[in-house]
Amino acid sequence: MATNETREFPGTYLFDSKMAKKGYGLNKMCYSFNNQEARDEFNADPDAYCDKFNLSDAQKVAIKEKDIIAMLREGGSIYYLAKYAGLLKLNMQDIGALQTGMSVDEFKDMLVKNGRGDV
Amino acid sequence: MANIIGGITTSHIPAIANAMANGLEETPYWKPFFDGYPPVRDWLNEKKPDVIILFYNDHGLEFFIDKKPTFAIGVADEYHNADEGWGIPTIPPVTGESELSWHIANSLVEDGFDMTICQEMKVDHGLTVPLNLMWPGYNYGHVKVIPVCINCEQHPMPQPKRTFVLGQAIGRAVASFEEDLNVVVFGTGGMSHQLDGERAGIINRKFDIECLDKLVTDPEDLTKYSNLDLVEIAGAQGVELNMLLAMRGTLIGQVKELHRNYHAPISNTGSGLMLLEHTMPEK
Repeated sequence: MATNETREFPGTYLFDSKMAKKGYGLNKMCYSFNNQEARDEFNADPDAYCDKFNLSDAQKVAIKEKDIIAMLREGGSIYYLAKYAGLLKLNMQDIGALQTGMSVDEFKDMLVKNGRGDV
Repeated sequence: MANIIGGITTSHIPAIANAMANGLEETPYWKPFFDGYPPVRDWLNEKKPDVIILFYNDHGLEFFIDKKPTFAIGVADEYHNADEGWGIPTIPPVTGESELSWHIANSLVEDGFDMTICQEMKVDHGLTVPLNLMWPGYNYGHVKVIPVCINCEQHPMPQPKRTFVLGQAIGRAVASFEEDLNVVVFGTGGMSHQLDGERAGIINRKFDIECLDKLVTDPEDLTKYSNLDLVEIAGAQGVELNMLLAMRGTLIGQVKELHRNYHAPISNTGSGLMLLEHTMPEK
């Protein structure tokens, strides 16, 4: 495999060097949510907390609108975004539904079908 | 001489911890998954390994992307879990094994694997869920654990061919340790899944089963895949196959499959439980 090979996978946001740089502040904020005090501070004033991590305007809008796809586009890594999802009390099926535009039940049905090997 | 007596593949997703905490093991959704485990628990209770070498990935508890080790090994006497962002109750500490850990670390660097060596490291669900699956009720304190953490979160990640040879190097390191210890190696995570993007929800049952088959009979064939191949075939987090391959790499002698249970989906993933017995040829 060639060094620095990149490939496009539609509907997939590879967390590579470009994204790691672009999303650094956003991911750092989400990483901070491992601590309850940080979650409390965010909940008390989300905008001020975003500013503390120098989030871009696009990142702040994505956080405010709970727009997971926009967060990914702006350099978010799903592993750190999962901590923001936890703060919002969303599980991975909720997140899957939000990203695919399905209802949570539709998303779960798709997982069952994929798990059976139907597709 | 330290001796690897077996290898185990298992899922490590947080949803398992929640299911166990809420007593959901016998519910229709979870039963086909949990029903796979008693034979593996029985085997572990019969063989009573002294040490578990556990391959996992850290999902953002100990390591952030400010400094992200490609391969890290713990050499501590004890490890702790902590809040991973959803306020789960903190669980009992994990017992470590410093001497064999350092021996492996020394041997690996000598062998060309430049490990990050950790005397303190918080361990996340990737490590604790498998231990609690094998010794439910968090009754894993008697077994000594050596954590080996592989970057599966940020590209560039180590390629499958590299994680497999890392496993082989660990297998050689264990075989050269003087003390009589029985060791079992866990490869945790996977199998096919994708959490992020519009493509979230991918599970590739056929590929997962093929991987389990190949892990028994021809693991080197799986090293033909690059991480990007795995993203394409098995989803963005399908790269967690690397932990299973590293485990299989440590089994440098004869391997026999004793038990297997593939079930999908659990949460967003395909789950592959497998128990491999390992014997070294007589010297």
